[in-house]
Amino acid sequence: MAAAAWGFMPVRNVARLFVPAMPMVRAEDVHKRYGRLEVLKGLHLEVAAGEVLCIIGTCGSGKSTLLRCINHLERIDGGRLYVDGELMGYREGGDCIYEIRQRDLCRQRAGVGMVFERSNLFPHLTVLENVIEAPVHVKHEPKAAAIEHARALLKRVGLLDRLDAYPGRLSGGQQQRVAIARALAMRPKLMLFDEPTSALDPEVAGEVLSVMRGLAHEGMTMIVATHEMAFVRDVGDEVVFMDGGVIVESGNPRDVLLHPQHERTKAFLQVGASLADGSRSGPC
Amino acid sequence: MVRAIPLRRPWLWLGSAVVVALAVVLAVAIYRGHDIHGAATAQLQFGPAMLRGLQITIVLAVLSEIIGIALGILLAVMRLSPGTVLRLGSGFYVWLFRGTPLLVQILIWGNLALLFEYIGPFKTTTLMTPFVASVVALGLNEGAYMAEIMRAGIVAVDRGQLDASLALGMSSALALRRIVLPQALRAIVSPAGNQFISLLKATSLVSVIAGGDLLTVAENISPANLRSIELTLVAALWYLVLTTVTSVGQYFMERRLGRGGMGIHAGP
Ligand SMILES: Nc1ncnc2c1ncn2[C@@H]1O[C@H](COP(=O)(O)OP(=O)(O)O)[C@@H](O)[C@H]1O
Ligand SMILES: [Mg+2]
Repeated sequence: MAAAAWGFMPVRNVARLFVPAMPMVRAEDVHKRYGRLEVLKGLHLEVAAGEVLCIIGTCGSGKSTLLRCINHLERIDGGRLYVDGELMGYREGGDCIYEIRQRDLCRQRAGVGMVFERSNLFPHLTVLENVIEAPVHVKHEPKAAAIEHARALLKRVGLLDRLDAYPGRLSGGQQQRVAIARALAMRPKLMLFDEPTSALDPEVAGEVLSVMRGLAHEGMTMIVATHEMAFVRDVGDEVVFMDGGVIVESGNPRDVLLHPQHERTKAFLQVGASLADGSRSGPC
Repeated sequence: MVRAIPLRRPWLWLGSAVVVALAVVLAVAIYRGHDIHGAATAQLQFGPAMLRGLQITIVLAVLSEIIGIALGILLAVMRLSPGTVLRLGSGFYVWLFRGTPLLVQILIWGNLALLFEYIGPFKTTTLMTPFVASVVALGLNEGAYMAEIMRAGIVAVDRGQLDASLALGMSSALALRRIVLPQALRAIVSPAGNQFISLLKATSLVSVIAGGDLLTVAENISPANLRSIELTLVAALWYLVLTTVTSVGQYFMERRLGRGGMGIHAGP
């Protein structure tokens, strides 16, 4: 049976056959509230190592909140969230889970890269300084080694010639590519993308998406909230459609995008399609 | 060629004339009014007593500013922390120290021995010399003002900067030191400079507890040579020099921070 699967399994998923137990990310009944507003209402999710999971959904459906919970930028109110087998931001306590100390949390976060809708580059540092900041000051890598690694990463995102530029001098697409390099500099095992191209013009969005595509092909585990349906279709191993704080539908991107089962998914994809040939959707 | 005549602005001329006239009247009044001894004043200006007072004024201001900055960062971080007690504590401090006159605070610190005879195992009078009392009073007061300036500066930094720092695995202290504060500095340097100029002048208040500063010196000498107005002017001139130097420094620091590196908001 395993032999039959060989032919169809993308190379990066081969590892799963031998070590089936531990997914890279696992969410069990995750709840998150802002005051009285419940944003995540018992969410279940599993992402295997090497897999690219895309999250689609309307504005306010909780995509950003989910991503921010995965690296514990937000506390969860209930449930369990595992990254690489470790409870993220908490330790097990039987009936409850207890938040861990900041030192341990920082170590966990260092293994998870995140790219935001706005690049959030550090404006007082040059491109190179942005990329080596965390390796040098968080991981205490020797500066020379960090610079060498940073140059390799910046070359990969096509910005080797802008090492000494300040972020304010870069275009939006260039800024996002630096942000990706900055996250990769920590050698993360998981990358989170929160609508990395939503604030960009369609022409520059392509250059960012192609960097992400390359990353996916190298086997990086990625969770990508996005409205770029072409990316979802071509790069995603799985897609989930979120609405109202739960996952309404999930599956293979081709199936879900072409033959959505749920009414809400159908409605969302129809609106999306009509927007795609006209103006782009809003900032969310 | 057709000549282009700018609009005539008679009010501008009239206003300027009034300013010049007032300046002349003032100069004449000063010249006639009091017989200021030019030579004697010049001698006092650079006399050893005055220079010693000047030195103490500068040391007082710098020490108080250092205390004020450290305290200001601490209070601002407390104010922005999620802990209610810390926030209230910080708010109470600022309320108390901004809400009472600095002169009163200086008098209290200077006369602390009347309240507590001992501080721990030490006698208050030996510990709280007039100079120490002056530094403590000015520093604690400065801290309250710096706290507000720092808080405004930190709040002005985009929230996404902290998110990005934490997502990279930085602790909040590291993020504050490496990422947030350097950016907050832009919004801080101008009001902090003004605050330091206020502090420079406020050091003169410690003369009420004989803090040893410029004005203390001036007041100490005047009964001996009876040139009290000259001495006051001599002190005033030194304060002007100090505040002018500070203003120039502030100007260059603002220009440096506003230019080049600071990215997104900076022009080409
Ligand atoms: N910090 C916050 N405080 C209060 N409400 C928030 C906060 N962040 C997000 N929300 C709310 O949570 C809901 C989900 O937001 P979000 O996760 O950003 O959705 P999405 O990224 O899918 O557009 C929205 O209704 C939003 O208003
Ligand atoms: Mg969002």
